[in-house]
Amino acid sequence: MAKINVSVIKVRIRGKLMVKEETRNFYNGIFIDLGELIMFTGNVIKQMFHPPFEHRELVKHGFLLGNKSFALVVVTGFIMGLVLTMQMNPILADFGAQTLLPGVIAVSMIRELGPVITGLICAGKISSGIGAEIAAMRVTEQIDAMEVSGTRPLSFVVASRVLATTLVVPLLVLFADAFSLFGAFLAVNIFEDTSVTLFVNRSFSLLGFIDLFPSTLKTVLFGFFIGLIGCYKGYTAGRGTESVGKAANSAVVASSLTIFVIDLVFVLITSIL
Amino acid sequence: MDREKVIIVDNLYKSFKDNHILRGIDLTLHKGENLGIVGKSGIGKSVLTKCIVRLIEPDAGDIDVLGTNVLACDDGELNEVRKKVGYLFQGGALYDSMSVRENLSFPIRRTQFRDKEHDTEELIERSLRSVGLLDSIDSMPSELSGGMKKRIALARTLILNPGIILYDEPTTGLDAVTSGEISELMLKIREEYNTASIIITHDMKCAKIATDSIKIMSEGIFKVEGTYDELSRSDEKEIRDYFI
Repeated sequence: MAKINVSVIKVRIRGKLMVKEETRNFYNGIFIDLGELIMFTGNVIKQMFHPPFEHRELVKHGFLLGNKSFALVVVTGFIMGLVLTMQMNPILADFGAQTLLPGVIAVSMIRELGPVITGLICAGKISSGIGAEIAAMRVTEQIDAMEVSGTRPLSFVVASRVLATTLVVPLLVLFADAFSLFGAFLAVNIFEDTSVTLFVNRSFSLLGFIDLFPSTLKTVLFGFFIGLIGCYKGYTAGRGTESVGKAANSAVVASSLTIFVIDLVFVLITSIL
Repeated sequence: MDREKVIIVDNLYKSFKDNHILRGIDLTLHKGENLGIVGKSGIGKSVLTKCIVRLIEPDAGDIDVLGTNVLACDDGELNEVRKKVGYLFQGGALYDSMSVRENLSFPIRRTQFRDKEHDTEELIERSLRSVGLLDSIDSMPSELSGGMKKRIALARTLILNPGIILYDEPTTGLDAVTSGEISELMLKIREEYNTASIIITHDMKCAKIATDSIKIMSEGIFKVEGTYDELSRSDEKEIRDYFI
């Protein structure tokens, strides 16, 4: 009969252990994942303030992740602005409210569509990429090699990527918004000649601080969770090669869902305010 | 006089679901000793070494490494112990996004390791010279052969000047000549760095060259212990079979 050791029990009480696989089932799986994600988040945030700081890694990942998604984000933004304007124009024309078109497009893009569409693109491209990359590091024992040499991979591998996405996603949203307005400007000019100055004035006439602040804050949270979930799925991946695909896939699903939940919460809060 | 004990494993248990891998393992490693662990695949040899550095949490038992109970210590203490224990993974586990130089400087930079006599560049060169691969300092891991990867991984293990090295099948997947070279290298490293080692291996030539004594693992415990010569001449056919 195994002697139960007090020191092992202490380790468990401190919550250092992940929940054992045999405890997990269909019903409690989501709560176990959520609990582990919260613990993981706490550890990552702690590591962000623990030297040595990896400035080079932060810049490298910021550049790579931003660069990789930039073209997709701006093209999508441009097309969204263009299409939305072309769809809205006849409806507003029926009410004789065509002058409101730039403002309506600006509000819908900057408040809602820009952040959410960019967030979803980043979930698909960045979160899955991070998930697969870290899972591959786990499979090839690179993460274990870092852990075992006391080099704290949570700080080097995870914290730098989470910080990078937190900074990069709001910037990408900014570009998506700008290009969507550019698309809207071109579409407006299909129906009538409009100067840039008039278009910009009309666009921002309906926008206030209350539109910009929550949408910016929202994108920061989108960025944080896109990075965090990608890292979490990769970091907790299994040992087999199939776990790389699983990590990438579940990172996309979980981060896309999280984007919608954060969006819903922000809309509810701003509606109350 | 008794030699200093650097690892003491006491009554260690580990199960994965219904698969009881370790069933009360006891092990003692002394300073300067090279201990070989032999056993069938999947018997739990790697699980044991991973428990020693707490990459895997055991279910019960005690593990003392260099005077620290690794199962009771916090993250900071565990990291301090881990810095003194080198671990050579089966596949080498080189960081594939970094060059050989960066692979070796990484543990120094991250652990803020300080050596009174050598700066970082000297430590890197010393480690690479020990494994005979100084010329590969600017190569990427993808440009290296299997044997070279193992040597570089060993150089990275040595960079923090560990007191203990855990080798997880160091010669697996290598040809006979390279396996022999790696085995000789493990002996040379013991002399040069004054390390104690646990060597998990299926390669009996490696066990013969690099170990002082061998433990044979079976059914979750160590069944027998002895030197290569003693065990290879054992009366039990089951034991002699390992040495064929």
